[in-house]
Amino acid sequence: MDSFRDKIVPVTSILLGVVVVWYVFAVVLNAPFQRDLDRRANQTPGVVEFIGKTMSQPKPTLPAPHQVAVNFFENTFLRKVTSNRSLVYNAWVTLSSTLLGFAFGTALGIVIAVGIVHVATLDRSLMPWIIASQTIPILAVAPMIIVVLAAIGVTGLIPKALISTYLSFFPVAVGMVKGLRSPEITHLDLMHTYNASPSQTFWKLRVPASVPFLFTSMKVAVAASLVGAIVGELPTGAVAGIGAKLLAGAYYSQTIDIWSALVAGSVVAALLVMVVGIAGRIVDRAMGGRPA
Amino acid sequence: MSDLLSLSSITPRSWQGYAALALLAGAILLWPLVDAAPGYGVAIAALIFLLLLLAIEADNFTPAIGVVLLFLGAHGAAWLLLAGITGNEGTARASFYLLLAAAWLLAWRCVTVLSALRPTSRWAATALRLIIPTIFGAWILIIWEAVTRGAGIPFILLPPPSAIGVRIANSLPVLAADVRQTIFKAVIFGYVVGSGAGFLAAIAADRVPFLRRGLLPIGNMVSALPIIGVAPIMVMWFGFDWQSKAAVVIIMTFFPMLVNTVAGLAASGHMERDLMRTYASSYWQTLFKLRLPAAAPFIFNALKINSTLALIGAIVAEFFGTPVVGMGFRISTEVGRMNIDMVWAEIAVAALAGSVFYGVVALFERAVTFWHPSVRGG
Repeated sequence: MDSFRDKIVPVTSILLGVVVVWYVFAVVLNAPFQRDLDRRANQTPGVVEFIGKTMSQPKPTLPAPHQVAVNFFENTFLRKVTSNRSLVYNAWVTLSSTLLGFAFGTALGIVIAVGIVHVATLDRSLMPWIIASQTIPILAVAPMIIVVLAAIGVTGLIPKALISTYLSFFPVAVGMVKGLRSPEITHLDLMHTYNASPSQTFWKLRVPASVPFLFTSMKVAVAASLVGAIVGELPTGAVAGIGAKLLAGAYYSQTIDIWSALVAGSVVAALLVMVVGIAGRIVDRAMGGRPA
Repeated sequence: MSDLLSLSSITPRSWQGYAALALLAGAILLWPLVDAAPGYGVAIAALIFLLLLLAIEADNFTPAIGVVLLFLGAHGAAWLLLAGITGNEGTARASFYLLLAAAWLLAWRCVTVLSALRPTSRWAATALRLIIPTIFGAWILIIWEAVTRGAGIPFILLPPPSAIGVRIANSLPVLAADVRQTIFKAVIFGYVVGSGAGFLAAIAADRVPFLRRGLLPIGNMVSALPIIGVAPIMVMWFGFDWQSKAAVVIIMTFFPMLVNTVAGLAASGHMERDLMRTYASSYWQTLFKLRLPAAAPFIFNALKINSTLALIGAIVAEFFGTPVVGMGFRISTEVGRMNIDMVWAEIAVAALAGSVFYGVVALFERAVTFWHPSVRGG
């Protein structure tokens, strides 16, 4: 009951507010073009009819929410999954490179973190560059990575996945360094009194201690990975994927398509973050963690 | 000096030294360095070996001299190797790479020795903190340069850093115009407005608990979304010029600022808030004198995240249409024209701008949150 009053009511009312504002903006933004159309057709529609028309233009400046919802529904559920206009198909294309890049990125991040924690030279020489690497707007490099890899014959999933890898390794590396270093001195001393070897200390103390950090940073990483995959589809004229859908929509002014592709991307992002969160909770439970 | 030169007396003290020695022997076995006719002069080759041997021998000196020997030996040899490849591009043989690997190992040894130093003066510690990563970065460039030129990798695939440097030097006016369009117009405006709006929304959310309970879950959710996708819509609404890019930046920077500031405003402890209450201070007094300063680390965290997001947003938005100037525009058109060195030049500038932007925010943070343990501790 408390969560109902404290969470659901405020969130839904704000979402409702957003939808109302959206409708108002849809009418206001589409009105000039509609007025223009009516003037040319020598029509003088009433207020209600006029508002109705602003919400049913084929290429509106801002599509009304129900237009987006209808388009999203049609392209998700009513089309064959194999059709290249199906959002499920496009989301799957993007999702596959997201997951591949996320897997690479997580593995790379963990390896780097282990290296940084155990080799002092790496800590001092690599860590500043890892941080600097994220101040670089890497997405800007995306087109080139893809074009260059295409020139040497690597096309398809891998180039997009590489961009996702670059974006997702950073949160994992930073989170894991923090996690692997999170055991306190007393814990390390305890392992010392047990005469534990470095590898035993690593597997039995450092790794379990780092698991919560790993999942927290994986949530950030998977979202970044999706952004990487979408942007990776933009510059190359990719034929399928959410990014390709956005670009095609931008070229042909299919605003409703753009919005429904955006919704699809958001749904995928929310699902991915949720899956990682659930996986984290399951692992935590399996390791004997209790809800705080 | 003479017995330093005889191979039999060289005694490495580290595994990098032994490995480097083995690589040198391998390089001699696989002589010559390049296939091309002129190749390396005898004097140059001898100098390379001498420098590397000096570096291998360095651990037998006091650490201070050893580090200098390692540094000079490894980098001198690398410099000579790179200088010698001019005119012999694409003909490097295994022994060239063995020598390069030896130099790299010795540079690693140099960094290891440097990391082990525990200087007493703060000045020296700061210098070390800068030098160690600089050597690492320099070696990325050295290996990149050596491999692209040694193996003759086609220019279109990956130009060597030196060519990119030349390109930057030759097209400064174009780069400057792009930076002005993308950064000084779109990024800065969007960053200031977006972060400012996020901050004000956070204050409003703090004042009205209902708003906070509704906005926070939405804000957290939105920060996981690929917001960059609104770029084509913004380009349609606001046209091709910088306003549409600034709009993308505003949307991208709003939510991180909102979420972080709300979290930061909750950071001050109950004790301190109770103290302010006993002083009968008003909401705004508590806000300005206690809660905003306590929230500063969170706010600066958001500003740092936003500095990167803003650049990405503006550049990616330019892929969707822009006047004939701008960093994203230049990248996408020069890729099409296969002027890969210009693309890299643009990326180098973007990286530099991103780092400077981040650095300025970080410096500002140190000045404002001087009281915070992470800064005070040095």
